[in-house]
Amino acid sequence: MSLWGILAINSVAFGGLLFLLSAGFSLIFGLMRIPNLTHGSMFMLGGYVGASLYMTWHLPFWLAALGSAAVVAAFGGVIERLLLRRLSGSILAQVLVTLGISFIVADFCLLTWTGDPISVTTPPALAGGVRAFGLFFTIYRIAIILVACAVAALLWVLLDKTRLGAMIRAGVDDPEMARVVGIRVSRLFTIVFCLGAALAGFGGIMGAPVLTVYPGLDTDMLPLALVIVILGGAGSLLGSLVGSFLIGFVYNFGQAMFPELAYFVLFLPMVLVLALRPQGLFGRHAS
Amino acid sequence: MTATRAALVVALAALAAVPWWVQGDYYISVASQILIYAIFALGVDVLIGYAGLVSLGHAGLFGLAGYAAAVALAGGSGHFGAVALALAVALLGTAVFAALSLRATGIGFIMITLALGQILWGLAYRWVSLTNGDNGVGVATRPMPFGLDLEVASHFYFATLAVFLLALSGAWVFVHSPFGASLKGTRDQPRRMTALGYNVWLIRYFACLFSGLLTAVAGILFVYYTKFISPPTLVLTSSAEAVLMVISGGSGTLLGPIVGAALVVIVKNVASAYIERWNMLLGAIFVAIVVFMPEGLVPGSVRLAQWALKAIRPPPAPAGGSPPGRAGVP
Repeated sequence: MSLWGILAINSVAFGGLLFLLSAGFSLIFGLMRIPNLTHGSMFMLGGYVGASLYMTWHLPFWLAALGSAAVVAAFGGVIERLLLRRLSGSILAQVLVTLGISFIVADFCLLTWTGDPISVTTPPALAGGVRAFGLFFTIYRIAIILVACAVAALLWVLLDKTRLGAMIRAGVDDPEMARVVGIRVSRLFTIVFCLGAALAGFGGIMGAPVLTVYPGLDTDMLPLALVIVILGGAGSLLGSLVGSFLIGFVYNFGQAMFPELAYFVLFLPMVLVLALRPQGLFGRHAS
Repeated sequence: MTATRAALVVALAALAAVPWWVQGDYYISVASQILIYAIFALGVDVLIGYAGLVSLGHAGLFGLAGYAAAVALAGGSGHFGAVALALAVALLGTAVFAALSLRATGIGFIMITLALGQILWGLAYRWVSLTNGDNGVGVATRPMPFGLDLEVASHFYFATLAVFLLALSGAWVFVHSPFGASLKGTRDQPRRMTALGYNVWLIRYFACLFSGLLTAVAGILFVYYTKFISPPTLVLTSSAEAVLMVISGGSGTLLGPIVGAALVVIVKNVASAYIERWNMLLGAIFVAIVVFMPEGLVPGSVRLAQWALKAIRPPPAPAGGSPPGRAGVP
């Protein structure tokens, strides 16, 4: 019984990490119509940069997390401004360029941080656990869940309650019309791309004490982001929230119950959604 | 037409003579590798170039065929049975793969194929009782068709060349058939094709199956070539390499993927002899080709050559003398 309880908590925490990863992916895809294949690399890069800031430079954990988010956001901004901008209109070229960059980043990380996994120690304030309802909860995992919920709430306020959010929503719905009424959609592209990159980088360092940071983390996370966006629907914040927790559960329970077929189990919800509702659970139009 | 035919004969003779003009088993093996990847790239090109669908999961199908053959052989099956089983498994896998991926086109297709490819990789990696996990599956012997010992590098090359020519003719017939024409129709004008009464989905589905067949043939050859298969064969990087072969050579042509396969295999072999950072180089080539020569090396070179020819010999100027600024050019 308690095993299932722990597994459930781990699933929710993993879902929170996946939300940090997929929210940006979904926004970028919704607005720019680019599946940003560097998203897994940004998650990994965030983990590595954060680990260096925290472990080697001895910055406080939250400062290190914000610092690595900023670094990854700047990296995203450079990609968007220098490469994706040049290729606007040619979606295939943009996809392939993001894929090429993801290989470069993976090799760069291997070169800089070597192939050994880096295990990041849990920040002291959040170490240990509490016992409640006969279960042992790791405080750090609860912190991940709270942070993910806070980010979700902030994103919701940003998208639904602010002028910038209204412009982004207009850009998602109808980019041509948004341009006509005077919204600078190309500047929105940069903002959203940087925001998505920052979230992925932040997720990378938040996940580091749980997942460790290792070469291949990028290609482990990217398919999860894809599956979540296929499940939840592109450009939908609610979709990526629901999809993240769903995949968090399916992944953790799948690994515990059918360790050999864990990846295959992931595939089932995706098959169901593709068969019954190809635009995703909360998507408005087919991709 | 005669020039094309002459070029074809010369190319065939050059390919058949590779074991003589290339010295050393290592280089003959590299030539075999090029042919294997050329078949793979042709399979991917059927989708990219003729159906307008980019798959980033084909290494999964390639590995599926390879694993099926290797596991069957390890289980004591004969070569004929193993190859037949591998083809059947890969076609079945492609049938499911295509049915799911074709729920979307364009970007959605890329995303779904990528996710499916990673899932196949995850299966190869995690399903230890079947695939032996990270340790991979070894293949003890190569088959001996007509008493030819394929352990000899040049013999293996000839066998690969025979399969390659078969695959190339198959692809040529496929692309130039009425079905190929309707496939190109679905690439360019899916709505009009639907209006004309074609079943666009079914045409794309058959194209996926044909692409899967070529990929499976390449996967089986690959397993016999390396006599070993392990999860890294199925990683996203391999799928991306196949796409790079097609795009660098020029998609929508049959020569392009072959040139691209040769280019990628040679650069990879040469580069890995000098530097360790193959992935970084691959990524950089990818970005450079997409940004600077988006139509691929073969059409790109043709364009550059035509442009250069025009620059050297300007077309006869209209009445009024030579255009200013060009006067000094011979």
